Amino acid sequence: MSEPRLSRRGLLAGGAATAVGALAACAPTGTSATPSSRSAASAVPAVAPASAAAAVEPFFGEHQSGIATMPQTYAVFLGLDLRADVGREAIGRLMRLLTDDARRLTQGRPALADVEPELALDPSRLTVTFGFGPGLFTAAGVESLRPETVAPLPAFGIDRLEKQWSGGDLLVQICADDGVTLSHALRMIVKDARAFAKVRWTQRGFRRSAQIQAPGTTQRNLMGQLDGTVNPAPGTADFDRAVWIIDGPEWLRGGTTLVLRRIHMDLETWDAADRVAREFSVGRRLDNGAPLTGRAEHDDPDFEKLGAAGFPVISEYAHIRRAHVQDPGLRIFRRPYNYDEGVTSDGKSSTGLLFASYQADISRQFVPVQRKLAEADLLNAWTVPIGSAVFAIPPGCAPNGWVGDGLLG
Amino acid sequence: MFLRRIAPAAILITMVAACGSQPAAQPENRAAVQPAAQGTPAPSGHAAISLTDPWVKGTESGMTAAFGTLVNNGDAEVTVVSASSPLSSDVELHEVVESGGKTVMRPKKEGFVIPAHGTHQLEPGGDHIMLMGVTKAVKPGDEIPFTLTFKDGGTLEFTAIGKEFAGGKENYQPGTDHGGSHGGGADGDHADGGAGQEHN
Repeated sequence: MSEPRLSRRGLLAGGAATAVGALAACAPTGTSATPSSRSAASAVPAVAPASAAAAVEPFFGEHQSGIATMPQTYAVFLGLDLRADVGREAIGRLMRLLTDDARRLTQGRPALADVEPELALDPSRLTVTFGFGPGLFTAAGVESLRPETVAPLPAFGIDRLEKQWSGGDLLVQICADDGVTLSHALRMIVKDARAFAKVRWTQRGFRRSAQIQAPGTTQRNLMGQLDGTVNPAPGTADFDRAVWIIDGPEWLRGGTTLVLRRIHMDLETWDAADRVAREFSVGRRLDNGAPLTGRAEHDDPDFEKLGAAGFPVISEYAHIRRAHVQDPGLRIFRRPYNYDEGVTSDGKSSTGLLFASYQADISRQFVPVQRKLAEADLLNAWTVPIGSAVFAIPPGCAPNGWVGDGLLG
Repeated sequence: MFLRRIAPAAILITMVAACGSQPAAQPENRAAVQPAAQGTPAPSGHAAISLTDPWVKGTESGMTAAFGTLVNNGDAEVTVVSASSPLSSDVELHEVVESGGKTVMRPKKEGFVIPAHGTHQLEPGGDHIMLMGVTKAVKPGDEIPFTLTFKDGGTLEFTAIGKEFAGGKENYQPGTDHGGSHGGGADGDHADGGAGQEHN
């Protein structure tokens, strides 16, 4: 929450309201104008918005927001398939429209032709992030500019992928600290996209909110584990090296890649595992996330340490050993969300993780770790990848540009 | 590249203008607004007028409409008397009114009046720029040029963005006199917009 909280009504609100508000504020005295107050910008007196509702994330910049951004409470990932007749020119129109929607909504202003403009006024750190799947490059006739690894991942033995959660030509990742703001943004984006594309999947997720848990605190997933202890920290050189692309095709520099895996958690069989088995499978304690060889969450695991029986304390097949990457610049950056899609009539849950992994190079960073986990990871007994999609995430755009203009403009 | 990209700058200036008490500030404000508000300078010096957030409803053909917010940063009221666009030879300034228990749209004879230091909304269900006999599709994201003409002969050019939009389907009730606000209606297309027909 380190972003400055701009007063959207003072600086960013739509034309008429602001102009009229300024007039109203100035009319009585001509001094002490307070165009940022709600009563000045609107005819309806109301309490000042909570700062969390007014908090704004930047839209324009070197990188798209929604990656290094401190994760918001809610997310929806929208996978779109371009219609058959949509080529480069039409994709350009689509991205200009969606960029315009995003730049307005993220700043707490209604989209153009927004018929529920009031729903846009509390941005709640809304971010809208776009990604290009393999099919978009084909449709636009720019195959040669697609990074080789922006393609379906190699098959892993543990995968039980379902088409309904996999693939997609265009990704829109929408995140916000408020569910109503999120829903409105999704509605506007979908309305502007559907002339060009069909919806392939919608994946919704949630985390503990920043109001509940201090920012930067490692999240628990729905298996109860602290998830994401070893993760490059935004703002560090390790993060920049791990995430942002600095070579290859010019258009993608400052961008990254996203691997979105939908990982089902079998909570029924997980229920049958006791705490010792649960901690052994991961290699960390459940209460504070410390490695089984340490005392605090961020203690380095000691993979050499042996127990009384002569076996490693952290099993050869424990998740943290299998997932361990020594070079911080070769780690993946995880920004996961939980999902919980309801309960069957006999009380079984459809629960899991939207595992969003950002990295500069999928083949050097994501694939080797996933391969090691697929070969042997005790957690595989309870987790099953059921969806997989890969996208190039273009860099951010300039105030007079649009996302993807370097590729499609 | 979209006109509306620069809207915030224009709005801030509007606020400054609204609060400033010294007339000397005005020319500077206008100069600052001009490049932001217009693709090309208005020949008659209507730099004080801009149109923010212009958009036009997508259509395959027939009728459609354009919307936005007219902003007047000047000291005098300004009246828009006509609009034109390469999209149609038959463009009218319309209002939406109650008539016989129904909501209908019809030509607004007095034009759009933008008060000094004020705004005038063009929106679905209200005043709008009506295009008839459109033969070329307006696709989402298309950029459609328009020109507004003011009472004193000055003009304002702007580009409106095509948007898919479900609303704005008021019945059209042609005025008894629609010769005044447009000059190109003699091609027969106007008959398409007969009473009771929806524009969409």
